[in-house]
Amino acid sequence: MMLTHSIAKFGEYCVFLWRSVSIPEKWREFFKNYRNEIYKLGIDSIPLILIISVFIGALCTILIKMEISNPLLPRYSLGLTTREIIILEFSSTILCLILSGKIGSNIASEIGTMRVTEQIDALEIMGINSANFLVMPKMLGLITILPFLVIISMGTALIGGYVTCIITGLLPVEDYVYGIQTQFIPWYVWFSLIKSLFFAFIISSISSFYGYTVKGGSVEVGKASTDAVVMSNIMILVADVMLTILLL
Amino acid sequence: MIEVKHLDKFFDGGTRQVLFDINAKFYDGKVNLIIGQSGSGKTVLVKNIVGLFSPDAGEILYDGRDITQMDRKQMKALRAEIGMLFQGAALFDSETVMGNVMFPLKMFSTMSREEQIERAQFCIDRVNLTGSEDKYPPELSGGMQKRAAIARAIALNPKYLFCDEPNSGLDPKTSIVIDELLYDITHEFGITTIINTHDMNSVMGIGENIVFIYKGHVGWVGNKDQIYDVDNENLNNFVYATDLFRDVRKYRREHGYTRTIVT
Repeated sequence: MMLTHSIAKFGEYCVFLWRSVSIPEKWREFFKNYRNEIYKLGIDSIPLILIISVFIGALCTILIKMEISNPLLPRYSLGLTTREIIILEFSSTILCLILSGKIGSNIASEIGTMRVTEQIDALEIMGINSANFLVMPKMLGLITILPFLVIISMGTALIGGYVTCIITGLLPVEDYVYGIQTQFIPWYVWFSLIKSLFFAFIISSISSFYGYTVKGGSVEVGKASTDAVVMSNIMILVADVMLTILLL
Repeated sequence: MIEVKHLDKFFDGGTRQVLFDINAKFYDGKVNLIIGQSGSGKTVLVKNIVGLFSPDAGEILYDGRDITQMDRKQMKALRAEIGMLFQGAALFDSETVMGNVMFPLKMFSTMSREEQIERAQFCIDRVNLTGSEDKYPPELSGGMQKRAAIARAIALNPKYLFCDEPNSGLDPKTSIVIDELLYDITHEFGITTIINTHDMNSVMGIGENIVFIYKGHVGWVGNKDQIYDVDNENLNNFVYATDLFRDVRKYRREHGYTRTIVT
């Protein structure tokens, strides 16, 4: 029963994606919405990203120093390990898990409210492909902006570690700076950015789908927002494992 | 003219039938009402007619063009001829009144921006919302939202106008304003207007062609002048559900009226 339901839901999701990904009715309106979504989903999230990243960078540095205090390890290993954790996992996967809460619930509740207040029906009556009109700008907007947010997060988290070294004196700053530069593999950054593209697609499409298919009233919109975040998180983790196996 | 022939509609995978062999005609330049109790199938019928639902059997003819046989391109062309007023107005929250009315013009017309603004302003003035152009939907009262939605619905000069419970949530005075507006617009622009309602004031005020739906069947067809004196139990139970209309019937019988003129 549950399997049948899941397959049916996946089929609905595929049909929804098929409807969403088509040529926009009016390019001018599309670009206007696309620009708005970049601002709303991306630029508006920067303060949150800065706060989270700087603290995670600081915490990584402190915890690694506490856990790895073997005199045989070179002192720069603290910076190196912090960098690897931030670039490979935190700034792409963990950040996207956090953002799926903010952005995913925003998308699902916005589209869900439009559904229950018949605004989507109004678009359909006008002859507009509502899935395309509402979802495409969100998907492309998030896919465009998320890699930049990941880069901002990487930089901010590393600065967080740097500031921690200065404030706490856990490690000489020169060693930390040397650590984050040594044995640097540029592909890891590209790997993170590629992952963020997939995660952006997952967050935007799944959240839109849950919002678009809401039936009922405000209670169902709330439930759809929660379901959208939960499902996005699960799919981000699944995609993370698959992409790590494939790309590293 | 819109004609519905032998329309059936099922839900829940074909196990629950909501509409049964519906046959009805909706005339050009007239206010056509679909009336009936809540849950009788009115909204489902309207949603079938406008193409939001697909009927399981039957035909829906827009001036001879069967909507059930149309491909996507034909459907899109037909939609340009349709305006719709939803029960909750369904205005776009992110747009002002002017933005809402201009929206269909931006999407579908070849007008310049100046022409779009001029047309939108005409529609806003026509529904007496002058001065509210820059307000957002939450800043408007229920009646003003309905009027803004009417302005948006007529922006592209539609041939067919559908209204789902236009008076729901409005006080009686505002309801009359909306009814009169719909009546005037219908006659002014020669629109085929179909209103789905259970408001008896609307029925008596503007019902030029009335289709009564009872438990998914067409229970009666007529107009506002005939509805008082019909020998139809289901219709009478609906029409005379309130004390006010029972008093009207009593008064009419006592004074020997055979025709009704309610304005």
